Amino acid sequence: MDRVNGYLRRVPVWLVYTVGVLPVPIWLWLGINGQLGIDPVKEIEHRLGELALQALLFGLAITPLRRYLRLNLIKFRRAIGVLAFYYVSCHLLVWLVLDVQIPAQIWADIVKRPYITIGMAAFALLLPLAVTSNNWSVRLGNAWRRLHRLVYPAVLLGAIHYLMLVKGFQFEPLIYLGMVLLLLGLRLPDLRRRTAL
Amino acid sequence: AASGLSAVAGRARAETLEPNSWEEITGYNNFYEFGTGKGDPAEYAHLLTTKPWSVKIDGMVDRPGDYDFQDIMSEMTVEERIYRFRCVEAWSMVIPWNGFELADLLAMAGVQEGAKYVAFETLYRPEEMPGTRYPVLDWPYREGLRLDEAMHPLTLMATGIYGKPLPNQNGAPLRLVVPWKYGFKSIKSIVRITLTDKEPPTSWNMAIPSEYGFYSNVNPEVSHPRWSQASERKIGGGFFVKRVPTLMFNGYEKEVAGLYEGMDLAKYF
Repeated sequence: MDRVNGYLRRVPVWLVYTVGVLPVPIWLWLGINGQLGIDPVKEIEHRLGELALQALLFGLAITPLRRYLRLNLIKFRRAIGVLAFYYVSCHLLVWLVLDVQIPAQIWADIVKRPYITIGMAAFALLLPLAVTSNNWSVRLGNAWRRLHRLVYPAVLLGAIHYLMLVKGFQFEPLIYLGMVLLLLGLRLPDLRRRTAL
Repeated sequence: AASGLSAVAGRARAETLEPNSWEEITGYNNFYEFGTGKGDPAEYAHLLTTKPWSVKIDGMVDRPGDYDFQDIMSEMTVEERIYRFRCVEAWSMVIPWNGFELADLLAMAGVQEGAKYVAFETLYRPEEMPGTRYPVLDWPYREGLRLDEAMHPLTLMATGIYGKPLPNQNGAPLRLVVPWKYGFKSIKSIVRITLTDKEPPTSWNMAIPSEYGFYSNVNPEVSHPRWSQASERKIGGGFFVKRVPTLMFNGYEKEVAGLYEGMDLAKYF
């Protein structure tokens, strides 16, 4: 594992940002050129939502990976988090601009449709985290750490959002929800100790 | 049915609906027996054998029995009907079906006095339908119509698209098409038709009764609990396609509104 960590140390963070940014312009280009299948709007909307969930899960996995497998990815955690927010924002924008389109209906959907409400709540929780993902904010110390625990409810809401929008009993959203619960569960002992202090 | 048919079909044609392409119609399907992805049916439906095929017609009919698909076809007059198709998920297509009126098939079996509903069942054959290995729905897929809906001249048993036999992913060899109802009512790959005097259980209603009613008429004023039904995205318009308003009874209000006179359509959704 030390050798793997050694290689990872040599990977610059900007490379992660660069590669992570690419899917959106590529998919947009494919969509505009009619190469994203028969319903390109739903396709990019769903791909972005899924990628956002994957990035958030990856971000949540970094601490347990270090603790249990001694794999050190901590250097990339901010990039993963910021990219996750970027995917969530693009997912939201596609929904607003390409899917629902009608402003009155957008607001009605946010208020009236629980799965949209929950998705919007997850976005709202992630917003302050994205804004404070910089060195200056991290200097706030404990307050910053507490604030960034908002990612836990945000990921949970994201997985529930997915589960609620499918028709019938489907496995994929349940797998995501299961992984979220596992990654959050691994943190329970820590959280309990902290609240006991 | 012959006189009603020509008038209705003529009206549908006069509106010059532009049909979706063969690729769109046969590549973007909800047929959960083959998976829940829109491309899954096109990918896996070739596993389905449709020869031989027979439809069991039973219940309150004079001539119950297993009707061979070829025998049915030799009795029926197939014609083209270009219909709007509106999915409950708020997308839509225009499809040039080939088929015959359900009323003609029911006449073949002889509907008995007292029958009020028609129940339909899709084939359930797990070894050829990979999607049925998962309990997405309580298989087999079931649908139903009130008898007057079933006898309406717009109600079609489709056996083809664009003059070609129905591809498996679209419900080969024969499926229902009820153009004023959400697409899931138009049950595919039918193996059983039962005439009954009780409202039959239907799959989506059994799964989530608060979201999917027995009638499921296209109605822009009655929202699905999770999304609005006021507008729809037309498949085939590409990346920047504008939403269009959904029409009452999917644009067939003149023809079918009479079936529901005096009914509260928000209650009987």
